[in-house]
Amino acid sequence: MRLLKYRFTKRQLDVLKNRQDLIKEGISRRDLLKLGLITGAGVLVDGLSVSKAFGGNTCGSRGSSLCTVSPPIQPFLDLLPTPRDGTWPVQTALDVSALGSAPTAAPNTAAGEGRTIAHQAFTQFPPQKYHGITQKAGQVKITSDPTIALQNMWGFAVGTPTMNNPISVPGPLYVESYNVPILVRNYNRLPADNGGFGKNSVTTHLHNGHTPSESDGNPCTYFENGQFYDQHYPNVYAGINSTHPGTGDIKEALSTLWYHDHRVDFTAQNTYKGLVGMYLLFNNSDTGNETTGFRLPSFPQFDIPMVFNDKVIDPSTGQIFFDLFNLDGVLGDRFLVNGKVQPVLHVSPRRYRLRWLNTGPSRFYQLFLTDLTNTGANNTFWQISTDGNLLDKPYQVSSARLGVAERVDVIVDFTGKAGKTFYIENRMVQTDGQGPSGSLRSAGQGDLVLKIVVDGPQVADNSVNPANITAFYGLPATTATPRVERTFLFQNRGDWRINDKLFACTDIRFKVLKNSVEIWNLENDGSSWHHPVHTHFEEFQTLSINGSAPRTSPLVQKGRKDVARLESRDKHRLFFRFRDFVGRYPIHCHNVVHEDHAMMAHFEIVESGADTNTRP
Amino acid sequence: MSEISRRAWLGMASAAAAAGLVGLPALQRESRAASLSPREAIQKRNFPNVALVTHDDEPVRFYDDLIKDKFVTINMMYTSCKATCPLTIANLVRVQKLLGDRVGRDLFMYSITLDPPHDTPEVLKQYAETFGVAKGWKFLTGKPEDIELLRRRLGFSWANQEMDKQKDFHTGNLRYGNEPNMVWGAVPGMAEPEWVKECILFADWPKKVARA
Repeated sequence: MRLLKYRFTKRQLDVLKNRQDLIKEGISRRDLLKLGLITGAGVLVDGLSVSKAFGGNTCGSRGSSLCTVSPPIQPFLDLLPTPRDGTWPVQTALDVSALGSAPTAAPNTAAGEGRTIAHQAFTQFPPQKYHGITQKAGQVKITSDPTIALQNMWGFAVGTPTMNNPISVPGPLYVESYNVPILVRNYNRLPADNGGFGKNSVTTHLHNGHTPSESDGNPCTYFENGQFYDQHYPNVYAGINSTHPGTGDIKEALSTLWYHDHRVDFTAQNTYKGLVGMYLLFNNSDTGNETTGFRLPSFPQFDIPMVFNDKVIDPSTGQIFFDLFNLDGVLGDRFLVNGKVQPVLHVSPRRYRLRWLNTGPSRFYQLFLTDLTNTGANNTFWQISTDGNLLDKPYQVSSARLGVAERVDVIVDFTGKAGKTFYIENRMVQTDGQGPSGSLRSAGQGDLVLKIVVDGPQVADNSVNPANITAFYGLPATTATPRVERTFLFQNRGDWRINDKLFACTDIRFKVLKNSVEIWNLENDGSSWHHPVHTHFEEFQTLSINGSAPRTSPLVQKGRKDVARLESRDKHRLFFRFRDFVGRYPIHCHNVVHEDHAMMAHFEIVESGADTNTRP
Repeated sequence: MSEISRRAWLGMASAAAAAGLVGLPALQRESRAASLSPREAIQKRNFPNVALVTHDDEPVRFYDDLIKDKFVTINMMYTSCKATCPLTIANLVRVQKLLGDRVGRDLFMYSITLDPPHDTPEVLKQYAETFGVAKGWKFLTGKPEDIELLRRRLGFSWANQEMDKQKDFHTGNLRYGNEPNMVWGAVPGMAEPEWVKECILFADWPKKVARA
C-alpha cells in the first residue's frame, strides 16, 4: 500500500479545527457572519478559508464561477441596442416559398425536420405568417472597450440559412399580434466545435405562450445540427377551445414573452452562450400605439425591451467563461443589457415603457432607478405587469425584483427630468449561485447596469398617466373548485429533486385533465437555495405566499405569472386552469443550473385518464 | 485578452528578463495563460493531473491516463457509505450493462473514493467485485489532499458549507463528458438506468446527420 494515510498540513488542520469546533458548538455560518468570524465570501477572518486551505482553489465551492474574475471593462461605452434605433434586429415575415418544403401538420422527416409529433392545431389555426430563424455560431461585440475581444457565441439569425444573416444576441425580436397564428421554421446550424461549452442540439421554448406541446420547445423534443423544426404559434388566448370558445379569455393576454434554448441537461450552457431572444404580443387593447387602447407608450419609439444577464470573461482565453462543473448556479461579474456591457440609453423627457427580463443563468436582481447626484431620492415608477401579464391596474413602486426568467413591464416618467442622468441599479446582494443573501445595498452602491440620459428632444406624449389607469383587463376569477390539489417540494438531497424524485425525459410524473382547474403548492425545502420555478403553458395566479395574500407593495406579488420565485423556505399556493391543448409540459426550477441537474418534472395534459396524485 | 495586450505582456516579460528582475517565471506564466485554447483552459481549471491508484493497484495520472482524448463518466463514492452509494453503484452497474462493450473500448467509467484512508485498492477491488462491476470501470483512490482537490475541481461540492461537509452529499451526481469535444453534463446516478445511459450518450462522439 502506497499512499493511503491522511496527511493534513498544519494549515489545513488549523482551519478544520476552528470550523469544526465552532460547528460543534452549534454555531451556523449565519452566526459566524454575524459575529464577524467569517466574511460574506466565507473566508475566516484570519484569511484562511476551508476551500483555500485544500488545494488553493475555490472553484466549485462557494464563489463558484466568481473564482474566475473578468478583466476590467470600461462601462457606458455602447448604446443600448433597441428596436427603436434599428440596432436590435426585428423578425421579418417570409413568403412560404422561401422555406423550401412547405410546412406540414405531420413531421416532414424526409425534408430533414427533427419534429416527431404532429401539430395538433394546424388546421384550426392555419399560419397567416411565416418566419425562418437560424441558430449558428458567430462573433459578437459585447463592448467597445478595445481590450475585450469579439466573443465567440451562438445566436439566432433572421431567416433561413441561405439568407446568411448575422446572428444577434439577444436574438431577433418577434413583434406579433394575438389571433395572427404564425409558423417559425427553426434551423439548427450550430457547429460541432463548441469552443468550450454548449451542445449543438437544441429545442427553443417560447416562454410562456399558450402553445401546443409539440411547438412549446419542450426540453426533450430537441433537434440536431442540420435539421429544422417547425414551431406553430397560434397566438391565441387561453380558453379558446374551452371556457371562451372561439375567442379565448382576453384576461389571459400576455404582452412580454421570450424564447430560449431548453435542451435537456444543456440549457444553462446554451442560453449563456447566447440562445435567448424576446417575443412581444400586441392586441386591440395593448396596441403599441399610445393614441389607442390602453394608451401605453408607443412601440418601438417609447417602448424599450431590456434583456439582463451576467457573464464572466476568462482572462486566460479572452472569452466568456461558463463554469461547467458547478451545481449551485453560476454568477457573472459583468452585467449586460441587450448584449452590451453596461450600455447607455438616451431618452426624451416623457413616459417610457421599459420591459425588463432576467435571462439568468442564476442571478436575482432588485432593480431601482438611481440618480447618483441625489441618492436619497426615491425614484418611483409604475409596474404594469408580472411575467408579461398586465396587472389589474398599475402600481407605483420603488423597485422590482426579478428571479431568473421573470419579466416586469414598467412605465417610467422622465417628464421634467431633462438634463438628468439615471441608472438602472441592481441593489440585490448575491455572492454565489444559491440565491441572494436577502440584503440590499444602499443607493449608489449596487451594480449600475444601464445608464439612462434624459437628453432627447421634447416630444409629444400621448400616453396616459398610469395614475389615471383604473383597470386593464381585470384578473380571471379564482373561485372555481379544483379537481385536485398537488404539492411539489423542491429539494437538495445531494442532487436536485422534486418530491424526492429525479427527472427523466421518459417519465411522465402526473396527468392533468384538459379543461380542468388545479391548485398547486410549490414549496422550497428550506435550505439555502432559492428556486424560481417555472410552469410551462399556463399562467397561474398566486393565491398566497407563506399563508398571506399576495401584496402589491413594496413588491408586486399579485397578478398572473409563470415563475414562482421560491425564496428560501417559501411556500406558494397557485391557481391553474389547463385548457385547450394536450401533451407534455415541464415544471422546473429556472436557475438553469438546477434545471440541468434534474430539478424538473413532466406532466401531460390528457383528454381522459388524468390522475389525482397529490404529491407527484 | 486582445492581441495587443498579449504583446504588451510579452514585452513586459522580456523587459523584465533583460533587467534581470525576479519574478520572471510568474510573468511568463501569465503571458502563456493569455493564449490558452478553450480545451487547455478547461484542463487547467478542472482536470489536475494528480497521481491516483486503481482498484487493480495500477498507478495512473488523472488527466494524462484517464481524461485526455476520452469519453468518460465520473462519480464519487466511498465503501462505508450506507445509503446513496450502494444504490447508485448498483444502478450504474445496470447502466454499464446497457452500454455493453463500449465501456472499456471508447467509453470509460470512473468512481473516485471520498474516503481514501479507508478505501485502499484492495477494499475498492472487493467492493467492485461485490457489485459485479465489469471491465472499463475503474475505482480510484489517492492522497487525501489530491482527492479533495479533484472533488472541488470537478464540482462535487456545494456552496452551502454545512452540506458540503457531508460526504454522502457528493455521491448523487454522475458527470459525463467528452474531453476533446468539450461536452460536459451531469445526471443523478440514481435516475432510471435507461435515462442515465441516454444522458451519457449526449456526450458521444458526433454522428453525421443528413442536412435539410
